[in-house]
Amino acid sequence: MWLRNLFLLTVLTANVHALPDINSWTTSKGMKVLHVEASELPMVDIAVTLDAGSVRDGQHHGLARLTHSLLNKGAGELDADAIASRFEDVGAQFSASADLDRSSIVLRSLSDQALFSKALQLYIKVLAEPSFPAKDFERQRKLMLVGLEDKQQTPAAIVSDAFFKALYEQHPFAHSADGEIDTINALKLVHVERFHAQHFVAANAVLAIVGNVTQQQARAIAQQINDALPKGQAQKPIATVTPSQQQQLQIDFPSQQAHVRIGQTGIQRGHPDYYSLYVGNHVLGGGGFTSRLVQEVRSKRGLSYSVYSYFLPYAQPGPFMLGLQTRADQVDQAIAVCRAEINKFIQAGPSEDELALSKQSIINGFPLRIDSNRDILGYLSVIAYYDLPLTYLHDFREHIAGVTLADIKSAFSALIKPESLVTVVVGRGAQD
Amino acid sequence: MNINILSTIMLLVSFLFSPILHAQVHEKMLANGLKVIVKQDHRAPVATAQVWYKVGSANEYGGITGVSHVLEHMMFKGTPKYPLGQFSQILAAAGARDNAFTSRDYTAYFQLLAASELETSFRLESDRMAALTLDEGEFLKEIEVVKEERRLRTDDNPNALTYEQFNATAFNSSAYHNPVIGWMNDLDNMNVADLKVWYESYYSPANATLVVVGDVQADDVFALAERYYGVIPKRDVISTKPRLEPAQKGSRRVEVKAIATLPYLMLGYKVPTLRTATDKTEAYALNILAGILDGGRSARLSKHLVREQEIAASAGAGYSLYSQHESLFMFEATPNTGSTVDQLEQALEVEIKKLQTELVSAEELARVKAQVVANEVYQLDSVQRQAYMIGSLESVGLGWQTMQTYAANVQSVTAEQVRAAAQKYLIDDTKTVALLTPVDS
Repeated sequence: MWLRNLFLLTVLTANVHALPDINSWTTSKGMKVLHVEASELPMVDIAVTLDAGSVRDGQHHGLARLTHSLLNKGAGELDADAIASRFEDVGAQFSASADLDRSSIVLRSLSDQALFSKALQLYIKVLAEPSFPAKDFERQRKLMLVGLEDKQQTPAAIVSDAFFKALYEQHPFAHSADGEIDTINALKLVHVERFHAQHFVAANAVLAIVGNVTQQQARAIAQQINDALPKGQAQKPIATVTPSQQQQLQIDFPSQQAHVRIGQTGIQRGHPDYYSLYVGNHVLGGGGFTSRLVQEVRSKRGLSYSVYSYFLPYAQPGPFMLGLQTRADQVDQAIAVCRAEINKFIQAGPSEDELALSKQSIINGFPLRIDSNRDILGYLSVIAYYDLPLTYLHDFREHIAGVTLADIKSAFSALIKPESLVTVVVGRGAQD
Repeated sequence: MNINILSTIMLLVSFLFSPILHAQVHEKMLANGLKVIVKQDHRAPVATAQVWYKVGSANEYGGITGVSHVLEHMMFKGTPKYPLGQFSQILAAAGARDNAFTSRDYTAYFQLLAASELETSFRLESDRMAALTLDEGEFLKEIEVVKEERRLRTDDNPNALTYEQFNATAFNSSAYHNPVIGWMNDLDNMNVADLKVWYESYYSPANATLVVVGDVQADDVFALAERYYGVIPKRDVISTKPRLEPAQKGSRRVEVKAIATLPYLMLGYKVPTLRTATDKTEAYALNILAGILDGGRSARLSKHLVREQEIAASAGAGYSLYSQHESLFMFEATPNTGSTVDQLEQALEVEIKKLQTELVSAEELARVKAQVVANEVYQLDSVQRQAYMIGSLESVGLGWQTMQTYAANVQSVTAEQVRAAAQKYLIDDTKTVALLTPVDS
C-alpha cells in the first residue's frame, strides 16, 4: 500500500506552507469585502460579485447578460470609445459577465498609484453610473441574436442548454444566460435600466481585492465603491430546486459526433456532503486520466477525446453531470459504459486504493489552487458570495483527508438516483 | 499628443526597468545537449516543469500528417519502467496537473506541481524521453481518441474547418501547409511504425529544452536534471530541410461549404516573423499593427466595424511574432445580421488602406505600447505562462533573451514604421481569402 504510506507523509509536509491571510470587513452599506495583500507584483485585481446572474432575468431571458455587456458602452459623460481608451491608456483590463447565479465585474490594473487611481475611478463609474445609450443597447441586443445563431451551429452549446432545461424545467436555472430569440427580441432599454437599478447595489454585492495594496488602501478602495453604489437590498433567495425527473432526449443535429450529457440535480454550496461527493467524483470522473470514466471510455475503448463528471454547486442545487462526445454510431455504446460505471459506483463506491489516490492527489495539489493572484481572487469571490467560512481554504485539506469510504457511499447513494438520470443526446442518433 | 496620455505612457515605460521584469534566468547545457533553463519565482510553493521538443506539424510531410500530435498522446502510454497507467497515477498522487500540447513548431509536456515534488516530474519525464514503449494495441485505441478529437475540434466546427482550408491554401508547399491534428485520411492510415520513426528522430536530449519556473533554486534544479536527464545518451539531432514557401504571386481565394448558421471570413497576408525577418524592426512594427487593429476594445476593428458601422458581430486581427517560419498577418470576422462577408471584406480593405496611407495617431500608438508593458507585468502572475514564453522562444530558435527585450523593442516602434510595414506586407499579391458558406446539411 505504497499510496497510503505516501499519503501520511505528504499531509504532514503540505501543511507547512503559508495560506493567504484574508482580511474581511463589511462596508457601511452592507457590502462584504475580502482582501489579500500580495505585494510581490505591482498589480491589483478587483472583483465585484453581484446576485445578478441569469436567475434574476425573470421573464426577460438574456437581460442579465445584456445589462453586463452594456456597462462599458457608456457611463456618465463617457461613450464606449472613451471608456475603452481610458482603461487601455493605463494598461488596465476590464470585464463584466453574468453567469447563472452570480455576475462579476472585474478590474486588473497596475498598482502604481497614478495609473491605478485612474483605472479605479473609471471602474466605479462604469459599475455605478452606466448610461445605457439607446444605440449601444440596440447593437448589443442584435449581437446577442447573432450569438444565438452561433450556438445553433455548436452541438456542445445545444446539449448544454437542453440539459439544463430538462433538469430545471420551470426553475430560473432552466434557461441559458444567453436568452432565446423571442425574449431577446422583446427586451427594452427600460428593462436594462431597471435591472441595473435593482441589482447593482451595495447590499447585493460582495467585493474581493487581491494584490499590491495594504489593508488600509483596500479599505479606501472598498469605501469608494460603497459610496458610489446605493445601499439597496439584497435579492431574496431564489425558489427551491425540486429534484429532476428521469428524461431521455434526442435532438437531431447533422454533426459527425453525438454530444452526450447525463445527470440530475445535485448539491448547493455548503452542502454537508460536499467533500464526500467531491472526493468520490474525483474517482468517478473528476480526476482526469486516473478517473474511472476516462479509463473506461477513453483509455480502454477509445470512444471519446473528453469524458468527465462534476458537481456544479450554486446557491441552490446545481447539476451533477457527466459529458462526452463520440462518433454518432458509437453513442449507445458510450452511454451504456457510462451508465454501468455510475451504477457500479453507487453500489460499491471507490476502492480503498482509489480513495487514497484521490485524497492524496487533491491534498498534494492544493497549493496549485492558490498559486496566483487571479486564483485567490476567484476563491475570495466564492467565499464571500456564498457565505462560506473564512477558514474555507485553511480547512480544505483537512476536510478532504477526513472523507471515508462510508461517507462517499452514503452521500452518493442518498443523492444520485441512476434510474432517474436525465440523458440528452445531440447528434444524428445511433440508427443513422 | 495629449499631455495626459503622454505622462501615463512615461509612467508605464518606467516599469520596463523594473527588476521584476528582469528576474534572472539561469541556463545550463548538459553534456548530452539538453538545455536546462530555470527561472526562480518564490511567490507560491509551486513549480512548473516543461519539456519542449523541437518538433511539430511543420516537420511533417504528406501521408504522416498529425504524427507529432499522435505521438504526444502515446507518450502517456507507458515505458518498461513505468508501464501503462503508472505515469498518470504517480503524478496524480503527487497532486500534479499534467498535460501536453502540440503546435506547428513544437511539442511540449508539462507538470504543474508542489515545488517539493519536482523530482517526481523529472523521474517520469526523463524516463519517457528515453524509453517509450509504443505498444501496438494501445496505439490502435489511442488513434481512435485522436480521430474523435479531430471531429470535435475541426470536422464539427465550421470556423475551424474554414481555417484548415485557408491555411492549406495560403501555404502551398511549405512547413505550415498541414493542420497540426493531421488530415483524417492520414490518421486512418497511421501505424505504430510511423510513431517509432518520429520518436527516434526527434525525442533526444539535444532536440529538447527543459524549463522550470517556480519556487526552486537553480542549482538544485541543475543537479536534479543532471541526475535524471544527464544519463540519457547523446544522440545526433536529425537535420530538417528548410521547406520554404515559394513566393506567392497573386491573391488566392477558397470557399468552404459547411453545415453552419453563420458565415465567416478569413484574410491573411504573408509576413516575416521575428525569426525570419532580415530587418527585425519590421516584425515589431507588425506586432504593433496587430495591436492598433485588435489590441483591446478601443482598437480599430472593434471601434469601426463592430460599434460604428455595425457590420461585424466580431472582428479580429493577429500576428504571430514568434513563429519559426514565414507566417500570416491574419484577419477574421463574422458578419452582423444584415451584412455580408463581401461588405466585411471591403470594410477590412478600407482599414488596411488607411494604415497604408495615414500615420497612426500618437495616442493609439501610446495605448498599444501601454498595454504591452502592462501585460508584461500581468503574465508574471502565472508560472506556466512564464515557462511557456521561455520554452516557445527556445524551441523556435529565438532564445529566451528575446522576452526580456520584447517590451523595449516594441516601445521603439514609430508610426512611420507601422505604416511602412502595412505598405510593404498587406498587399494583394500575397493575400489569401477564405469564406465559409453555410449550408443546411
